[in-house]
This record gives sequence, C-alpha cells and structure tokens, in this order.
Amino acid sequence: MTHIGYLIAGWGISLGAIGLYAVSLIRRGKVLAARVPAENRRWITSK
Amino acid sequence: MPIATVEPSTTAQEAVGTSSRLTKILGFACLAGLAVLFLLAFVLTDPDERVDEATNIVTGQFDAVRLLYVHFPVAIVTYTAFLLNAVGSIMVLWKKSTWWDITAAASAEVGVLFCGLTLVTGSIWGRPIWNTWWEWGDVRLMTTTILFLIFVGYLAYRRTMTDSQVRAKRSAVVGLVGAINIPIVYKSVEWWENRTLHQQSTLADLAVEDLTLFAMIFGMVVFLGVYAWLLIHRFRIGWLEHQAETTGLEQAIAERRAQAPDAIRNAVTQARSSEPETGVHQ
Repeated sequence: MTHIGYLIAGWGISLGAIGLYAVSLIRRGKVLAARVPAENRRWITSK
Repeated sequence: MPIATVEPSTTAQEAVGTSSRLTKILGFACLAGLAVLFLLAFVLTDPDERVDEATNIVTGQFDAVRLLYVHFPVAIVTYTAFLLNAVGSIMVLWKKSTWWDITAAASAEVGVLFCGLTLVTGSIWGRPIWNTWWEWGDVRLMTTTILFLIFVGYLAYRRTMTDSQVRAKRSAVVGLVGAINIPIVYKSVEWWENRTLHQQSTLADLAVEDLTLFAMIFGMVVFLGVYAWLLIHRFRIGWLEHQAETTGLEQAIAERRAQAPDAIRNAVTQARSSEPETGVHQ
C-alpha cells in the first residue's frame, strides 16, 4: 500500500478528533445535568 | 420544531447525562457504519491507478485516494451543519426562538469541527497528489478557510455576550453572513476554474467507478449520522446550559433577597404601610 503515513494521519486525525469531541460532549453533559433539576431537563421540546 | 420527536423515558430523564435510547441506537449504528466504511475504503475498493497504453506508464492517486472517503463526507457535513445554522439563525430572527438559537449554535460548533477536518484531510491528501500541503491561490481552499474562520468567530462572539436575547440576535446575523459563503465555496471550482487545483464535481456526473461511488455516498451517510449524534448531544448541552443559567439567576435573586439586612426589610415594610391606600407612589 502506498501513502500509508498520509492515510494513517488523515483517518487518524479525523476519527480521533471526532472521538475526543464526542467524549467531551458526554462529560460536559454529565456535569451539567447534575446541576439542573430533573424537571428542567426536558430538552426535547420546542420553546 | 424538535430535533427528535421521541419523548425521553422517565429513566432517560432521570439519568445523569445527555444520552437517551435514541442517541445510543444512533451511536451504535454510526460505529457499525464507520467499521463498514473502513472496510470499503481499505479492503474492498481498489487504489486509483491508470495505465497509459501508449507509454505504459501508470498514473493516478494510488492509495491516497482512500483519503477521499473521509475528506468528501466531512466536507458534506460541513455544508449541512452551516446550512442548519443558517436556518436556525433565520428562525431566531423571525420567531425569537431559544430552541432554534441553541440548535444554530450547536450546529455551528459541530460544523467548525468538521470544517477543520475538511481542511486538514484535504491538506494531507494534497501533499502526495499536488505536492503541496497548502496552496494560497486555490480558491476553494481559501473560501473554505474563510468559512472556517467566520464560524470560529461566530463561536467566539457568542462567548462575549451574557444577555441571551442579545446573543441570540447578534449571532444569528453573524451566522447568516457566514452562510453566504457556503454557495461560494461550493461553486468556486466552477466560477474560478482556472484558479483552483480542485477538480469539478465528478460525483454529480457519476464519473467514478461504482464501488468508489458507493463508498463515497455510504461515507456521506455515515458521517451525517455522526453529525446528527453530535448535534443532538451538543443541543442538549446547550439546553442544559440555558436551564442552568435561568435556574442560577433565579437562585441568585432569591439569595440576595434572603441576605437583605433586617433594617432594609423593615424600612421597605414601613414604607409600604405608609403608602396611600390608592397605592400610587409619590
């Protein structure tokens, strides 16, 4: 296979960045949800 | 209009976090999709090789073409994310909707991530194919960079304002200004065809092999699913932030009232009792 370094870099950076962002979102969500009363967590409604 | 019409179960609401059954299913589907895409990109599709029959010289992108299975989908997600931001911005200005403001901001943040990845993967692909990491004269590269910077500015601008209504209105205007750039980025290779290294659209003309075309479209669907997952989670964080802000403000007011010295409270009570019966303040 040619260009193996470029392939690892391109795919690695993309999947790594998305993965890290996803983990950070889950962590931020957990911290915030603990600060908001359960009755105010109804986030799927339009307002 | 809600992102998802599925009402979260009581268990999901009580759970600490932004996950729900919907996002878990979507998340697993995306992981499975990424695995299949990986298989398509690295095992099932062939490298790009073309043999010149006259000279017998082999040309093409070789295995570097496998980078396009990630570069193309993230570019499509970038357009989608910023277009949703534009829709949200219009709705904010029209309906003054908090829901749309949070959606627009969430989409912009995810869009910035994907726009950054579009630039990075394009640069990595460009090095072996164009023999350069970066080309300042390339009109698509420059318009995409401007798009990226506008939305980085959009996110930074939002952080400078504390009043949620002012923030919503002003950032909606910035979002709409940024959205003007989307069709320019898309059409740039046609409008300035002599000032770009990018090729014109080959997918629209179906000028690629069947499996390559399938892998590209499949990749687009998978990354759009990833975008949806990230967007829902980011939206829910925005919603929680909004609720925490509102709850925090109400609590602060209540605490300040409770902390008021007795003397002030007595003075207020006295002043109220001495008011004329009509209740009109002098």
